[in-house]
Formats: sequence, structure tokens, C-alpha cells
Amino acid sequence: MMTSGKRKKVSSRTGGKKRVAVRKSRDAETLAKSQREISVSEFFAKNRHLLGFDNPRKAMLTTVKEAVDNALDACEEAGILPDIHVEIDHLPEIDENRYRITIQDNGPGIVRKQIDNIFGKLLYGSKFHRLKMSRGQQGIGISAAGMYGLMTTGKPMVITTRWKKGKPAHHVELAMDTTKNRPEVTVDVETDDFPPHTGTRVTIELEGRYTRGRTSVDEYLEQTAIANPHARLSFRPPQKASADDPDDPTLMDAEKNGSIPGRENGSDISELQHTTKFGDLVVYPNTIPELPPEPREIKPHPRGVELGTLLRMLKQTEHNQVGGFLTNEFSRVSSKVSQQICQKAGITPRTWVKNIGHSEAEAIYKAIQGVKLMGPQLDCLAPIGTKQILAGLLKGVRAEFYTASTRPPAVYRGNPFQIEVGLAFGGDLPKDQLARVIRFANRVPLLYQQSACALFKAVLETKWRNYGLSQGRGAAPDAPIVIMIHMASVWVPFTSESKEAIADYDEIRKEMRLALQECGRKLASYVRRRQRIKRESQRRDVFQRYIQEVARALHTIDDTIETEEVARNLQSVATSITELADETTDDDALGSSGNGRLDKDENTVILADALGAEDEEAEPSQNTRRTAAAADEEESLFGEQR
Amino acid sequence: MAKKKVRKKVAKKKTTRKKVVASASKATTKKTSRSRKKTSRSKRVQGAPGDRLQNLASFIATEASRGKDPFLDIPTRALSNVAYSERNRIIEMGDATQRRSFFNLSQAKKFMQTTLVAAGCSELIRQSKTTSIRDLFYHCKHTIEGTKENTFDEQNESDVVIEDLEVALMSLREELGLFAEPKGAMVGPMTIVDQGDVIELSKMGSGGYAIPSIVEEDIIQFRKHAAKFVLLIEKGAVWRRFNEDRFWEKHKCMIVHGGGQPPRGVRRLLWRLNHELNLPVYVLVDNDPWGYYIYSVVKQGSINLAFESPRMAVPDAKFVGMSSFDAEAFDLSREVMIRVTDQDVRRAKEIKRYPWFEKRRHWQKEIDHMLKKGVKLELEALSSKDFSFITETYLPMKLKQGDFLD
Repeated sequence: MMTSGKRKKVSSRTGGKKRVAVRKSRDAETLAKSQREISVSEFFAKNRHLLGFDNPRKAMLTTVKEAVDNALDACEEAGILPDIHVEIDHLPEIDENRYRITIQDNGPGIVRKQIDNIFGKLLYGSKFHRLKMSRGQQGIGISAAGMYGLMTTGKPMVITTRWKKGKPAHHVELAMDTTKNRPEVTVDVETDDFPPHTGTRVTIELEGRYTRGRTSVDEYLEQTAIANPHARLSFRPPQKASADDPDDPTLMDAEKNGSIPGRENGSDISELQHTTKFGDLVVYPNTIPELPPEPREIKPHPRGVELGTLLRMLKQTEHNQVGGFLTNEFSRVSSKVSQQICQKAGITPRTWVKNIGHSEAEAIYKAIQGVKLMGPQLDCLAPIGTKQILAGLLKGVRAEFYTASTRPPAVYRGNPFQIEVGLAFGGDLPKDQLARVIRFANRVPLLYQQSACALFKAVLETKWRNYGLSQGRGAAPDAPIVIMIHMASVWVPFTSESKEAIADYDEIRKEMRLALQECGRKLASYVRRRQRIKRESQRRDVFQRYIQEVARALHTIDDTIETEEVARNLQSVATSITELADETTDDDALGSSGNGRLDKDENTVILADALGAEDEEAEPSQNTRRTAAAADEEESLFGEQR
Repeated sequence: MAKKKVRKKVAKKKTTRKKVVASASKATTKKTSRSRKKTSRSKRVQGAPGDRLQNLASFIATEASRGKDPFLDIPTRALSNVAYSERNRIIEMGDATQRRSFFNLSQAKKFMQTTLVAAGCSELIRQSKTTSIRDLFYHCKHTIEGTKENTFDEQNESDVVIEDLEVALMSLREELGLFAEPKGAMVGPMTIVDQGDVIELSKMGSGGYAIPSIVEEDIIQFRKHAAKFVLLIEKGAVWRRFNEDRFWEKHKCMIVHGGGQPPRGVRRLLWRLNHELNLPVYVLVDNDPWGYYIYSVVKQGSINLAFESPRMAVPDAKFVGMSSFDAEAFDLSREVMIRVTDQDVRRAKEIKRYPWFEKRRHWQKEIDHMLKKGVKLELEALSSKDFSFITETYLPMKLKQGDFLD
């Protein structure tokens, strides 16, 4: 009775005449109920581009992405260092475009009764209703991937999970009833086909296309490795038909030969960073053996709440009185503040929540904007951290100079967020190309819609010329540089459900600008120093060229002057005057041992060998993928307990 | 009698040079902060040119052995670094220098080139040879070992370095065994000895005696002469007219030309004729800024090699023509006049501001008159009257009336 009265009031907002509105709203509600029941899956099935399943290539990436994101979230929440294996098998015997994607993690596993909903239902998840920094937000991803697989191949999604050590694993095959947004279990057995640790394995067969390069699974994993240095990722890309390329060296061969695959055949470095050897297991080791601090869940800040949200919260709250509702459902609302809000809204804290109608809610909303409030809690975020960014970049990008900076948390629309930037410069990075910008939101790489993304725009806006790089008008800097930019937030404002680009908020832009500038300054001082060293060694070259001439001439004028002696003396003067040039050689010596030198600034790493190797010919070196001992790793992943 | 005079003059010459050195070092003591460089420089400008070169070399070697950046201080050759001495009536070089150090990226090559040229000169001096500056360029030019770079690419690179070395060592290039292409000729009632050969300057035919680049006393000695003055004519063509008309015979004078701006050999010879034989020097040039400047260089010395002024400038030289007033005085038609160019005007105004012209009213009038009329006159313009107008009427009249500028 009460609820219907409330609805009447709500609908009176939209409808015109009261009586008609009541009837209509009732109809509309019925309709809406049925629509939601049948259409969520169907809608997305028809509009799968909204979720990132536009084409076979992107579909494959999205599937991997959703599964890996889920796996990482699950591991971190359970306090387990993530160890995730991705495998893509090409099934050309069925169809040229048929692939099977398997993602296995060492997470906590999933209890049997939740499996159906998590994997078989769209918009089902733990992350939507809370304000906590996590990769997933809506609970669409993995079930949408399964749905896509089912639609394109008719094959159900296969989930194998063990949630407790020593207990058998569940093997569940799930099809989704898209019309009802409901899981349909086709197979449900217990199995031993799973490593002894807990974890989950998801296998989806789908129509896809595997390519390398930009916006590929490889790039996604590479960037994920950068943003998650605590995670160990391994990847087995589809096997190339062996007949095609019998010379293709396998990893084992490469190990025997002592060469690292990917560097031979004079292949371009830029390509290398995204190119995987077919048939190799690619391993991204974890470089930081500890989990990032767990982000705290927070309650919404009153300022960040819109009227609609406030109404929903009022409806859903367990608190009976407005005072309790305000102090308990929001952060930064003390009883004193709630008193103020109520006073301004013309009600008392003791007013019953059920008596709050639309107009009262609006009054509360307005009152909230009028009272003095503390900013939202900022300690709820878990940024990657400069040290971790550096570790990630060192792992993923072969450059000579690395720097990172983490901004203090800030707020947009009542949501705390934090911006981090990492730069990698020089070394083996391709010259004469525009900078590569890699974007992350809550540690998830964003691969599409670069130009629509605020993160990318911030990079363009930065005046890189001030930092010694060349930059065209309205373009990314033209330099061998990788710019990593990360936004951590309890709620990342994506421009669409496929989570490809971040919306443009002034507060966010400002923080990004400051972070980029901070890194830019460090880069500038390094670039200048590098130029100085180069100049000095050029200077020394010039002097050395002339020393013999001068010495001989002096000897001609006065034969008591010994040519060799003068030359030696001049040489030592030249050396001391161009002392700075020696730093190169010093760094060289350091670099040959393979250790990066940590500059005085802790947030900066300079790899000296890259500096020295600038003019050298490309030599085999450990690139992104440290493929060493991959065979063993593989065994441990699938066989032993880790 | 004549010999005695010569010796006296030589002695005088030496003292003047010392004076210059002394004044330079005096100025040094004032600027104590730069004393090191000045000491080294004054040391380098003492003794014979060969010794100076050796001093320079050992200075560089010592600096290097002390772990210092070796350098050369080269006096600045610019108007800003010359001063007109009212007392000596010549241009004197100031003590502003440019330091050329080896370990300076923009100077290293120049420094190296300087030592190469110095080495070349030192070889010439040791072997008592002289050579042309082009010859020296080839002597010093080679590819630097292990590179594709040449020590010198163009001759003007070595020419500049030679001038630098001259001022740095306070030695004439002739003293360093170098000569420029000889230019200029002389005839007149005089007997000289040139490298032991007795030459009768009144019997030189139509070409005259080619004045060598080096005219120092050890090469050329004056014997007897009947000349009363020396006439320096700007151009060879006009000089030929004077020779053909045997002007020197009639007026008992030496006639000299320098082919435009007279080279050092000619200027040094004029100096010797003036100082040793007490012959007054008259200058006959076109009426244009270029002519004024030739006169200025002969009389006061050049800005570029101001340190040579004491040995080259003839402060007593007189300007006989052509004056901008001559057009009216000799009733020249307008057709023979040439309109001045913008460059001429600029140059004339610059010359007008030179300190040694600035305080001379008649010179200011002369230049102003030229600028006012806006025309310049060549010596050949006088030929519009008659081919020999210049030798038979113009110059005799000027000399008779004493119509010259100082």
C-alpha cells in the first residue's frame, strides 16, 4: 500500500495527469519488468558491439580480457598472487575462424551454486553495487563472452573450478538462455582434471581471428603485465601449422642455441614488442612478489550522488529514519552534518524514510549541495605505485630511461581517483615514430578508442617540447617513448560499456596533466644530460682528432718539444675537460652486468647498457617476454601445486 | 751622409716598436685579472720572429703539461680595437684580444690550423726561404689521419690564420717568410740595390720596377737619388701615363702605384722613402670613398693590421687629388662624373666619422662636398680634356699651388 503510494508520487513527475499516470505507470512497470527479464541478454546479444564483440578479432580480445580481469580480481580479493595462464587453440578442422580460448587462474575458485549465475547471467556480479576499486564493474563481461561463444559456435562455456584444496573440482558446462537471461547447465560433474590448487578454468569456443600487433591479445597481455607486476602471466598463442614454417624455431631449440626467439631474422624492434612467436609459450614473470594493498570499499560521498541514485538508495535502505540513513549510507556524514542537511531540507533526522517522497528527496538533494562536507575518503584507492610501475615497464619495455609518478588522490563528482604516469624513453624503442601511449583504468589496459579517451588527450595536451622532445601540433610527441597513464578509481567514468575510453572530466584532466608534467620534468633532465654526454663525447672526438696535428706542429717549431709527450698531455687535458663523456663509459660498465642503475631519484631508473648500446647493432637481448625455462614453468602451472 | 741617416731611422724604428709593446704591457698591469694571458703574450712578441714562434710552441706545450687548456691571445682586428694616436698621427692597436683555446669546440680547428701555419712559418725561417701564402696553404693542407677531414679546405682559411699569427706574434708576414703576390711598380731618378743587384730606377722601361713584397733593408738598399718627392698613384693605368710622359724626370720625383689599395711591400717602401730619405709623399687617387680610404691607409695605417702602422704609415703623406672641388676648378663636364651609389654614401659617411678625419675641417668639407654633389670622379675623367692633361696641367698646377689636403 505504502509502496504503491510512493510510486504514484514518483510517476507524477513524469506523467501529466495523476490518474492517467497511475494507470500508465502500472502498465509501464509491468512492461519494464518483463522487458528486463527477457531483454538484457537479448539486447546485448543483438548489440554485442556495445560489449566489445564487434568483430571476430575484437571478440577474441574481449573474451581474454574479461576472463583475465576476472581472474586477477578474484586472486587479489582472495589474497593470492595471481598466476594466470591463457591458451588459444586454433581449430581449423572445424572452421577457419574457430578458436578455443582457455583461461586458468589460481584464484579462490567458485562455489558450485554461484557458478551458474556468474557465468550464465548478464549483470550478475559482486562489483556493481559497491564503491571499490576493481577491474570489473558491471558484471557483464565473462557471461557476455560465453554468450558470444554460444551464439557463434553453439558450444557451451566450460567451467572447471576447485574452491577447496583436497576437494574434487567441478566441471560445469553452461549454455545461456538469452531470452530469459538465465544459465542452462548442460553438464555438471566432478573431475580430477584440474591442478591441486584452488582456481578456475574457463574455456570458451568462439568464432574469432587471431592476429598480432596493435589491439591484439598479445598487446593486452603485455600491457596487463606492465600494470600488474605482481601477476605472473603465461600465454600460449595458437600453434602455427608446422608445415607452413618448418624452420620456425621452437622455444626448446632457441634455448639450446642460446638465442632468444624474436630477435633474429633482423626483425624490427617495434614489431617485436607486440609479436609473439607462434608455438612458443610466452611468460611474463611476476617481478614484485607481493600483492598490492587491498583497496577499501567505501560508501558513496553525498556530493557524488545524483538525485536518481538518492531515490534508489532511499528505496533500498534498511534504515528507518533519515538521520540513520544519511550517516550510515554515505561517507563523511556525521550526525551533526545530517542534522544540518535535514534542517535545510525542512525535515528532522527522525523523519521516517518511508515518508520521504520525491519532493522531500529533492529537498535533501539540494540540502546536500548546500552543506559543508569533508571531501571523500581517499585511502580507498590502491594505485599501482611508482616502484611497481617501474618494475612493470622494465619488464615490458626495453628502454634506457624509466620514470614514474603517482599523484595524490583527488575527487571527481564525489568519486576519489588517482592518476599515475610512467615513462620509458630511448633504448630499443623505435625512433622517428610517434610516442606509444598505453592507457590503463584500474590496472586494465584500454586498447580501443584511443583518441576519444581523456587519458590520451591529456598526453596530446602536454607540451612535450618543453621536455626536450619534438611534437607536432595536436599530436603525440615524436620520440622513442612509451607513455603509460593509469587511472585508479572506485568508479572509472567509461564512455561506454565496453570500457574502452575514459570520459573527460576537468578534475581528471588536471591530475593527468600534473602527473605527465612531473614525469616530463624528470625526462627533460635526463634527455638534457644524455645530450650533454653525447655532446661531450663528440667534443672529445674533435679534440682527439686534432691533438696529433697540434703536437706534430709544435715539434716542427721547436724540436725540443716531444710530439708524443705533448700529445699525451693534451690527451689528458681533453679527457679531464670532457669528463662528462666518461659517464657513458661508466654506465656502460654497469650496464654490461645487466643491472639498472637507480638514480638518486627513486622513481627513476636508468638502464645504462641501453645508453651505450645506442649505436651498436641490434643484438639478441631479453625482450618483453622472458621466455626462459618456459617448458618448466608450463609443467609447474599445469602439474604441480604452486 | 745618407747612410748615417738610414741608421738613425732604423734605430728610431726599433724604439717605436718597443713602445708599442711597452704600452700594451702597461695596459695589462691595470687589468690584473687577465695578467696571465698578457704576460704570455708580451713574452711571445719579444725577439726574432723565429724565437717568437718557439716561445709560442713552448707556451702551448707547457700549458698542456700543466693540465691546462692551451690558448692563443689574438689581438682583435676591428675598428673597435684601434685608436688614433694624435701624437704619432697613426692608428694604434688596442689591447683587446680574442682568446683562441684548443679545448673549445668552435675554436679547436682554428687553433690546430694556427699551429700548422706557425710550424710552416718556422720551417721557412729555419731554411731562410720565402713563399707565397698560397704555397703555405698547400704546405699545411692534408687529411687528418684516420678521418676524412682536411686541415684546410680553402685558402681563405689559412689566409685568416696567417693574419691572426701576424698580430699575435707582432710580426709581419714577411718576417715569417711569407709574401703576398707582388703588386705595384716604381720608377724615378734613383738607384737601389735589390738582393745585391744594382737597379737604375730611371731605366725601367714602360713597366717600371716591380715592387717586391719584402722590401726590408737587408733586401733593398737605397743608393743615390735625385728625387724631391714621391707620388703614389692609385692605378697602374694612370701610372703608365705618368711614366710615358716621363713626369718623374721633369718633376724629379719617384712615381709609385699600388694597383688599387697598395700592398704591404709598397706601403713599407713608401715608409722607408719617407723616413729614411725624407721624401714627402703625395697621394693621387680617384675622388671616391675608396680613394679616400687608400689615402687613409697610407697615411694612418690600416685597421686590420694596426700593429704595423708604426712601420708602414706615413703620417706626413698629403692628398693631392682628386678632390671633389676639382670638377669646378678644372671645369670638368658632367658627363665624366659618376653618380654615387648607396654603398658609396654609406662608406663616405663612415670614413667621415673616422677619428682621424673627424677633426679635420677641410676633410669634412671635402667629403660633404662629394656627398652634396652626389658624384664621384675617376682620375681618367681628366682625360676628357686631353690625354696628358693630368701630367701636364692638373698635377703641376696642384703641386705649384700647394693645393692638397693633409
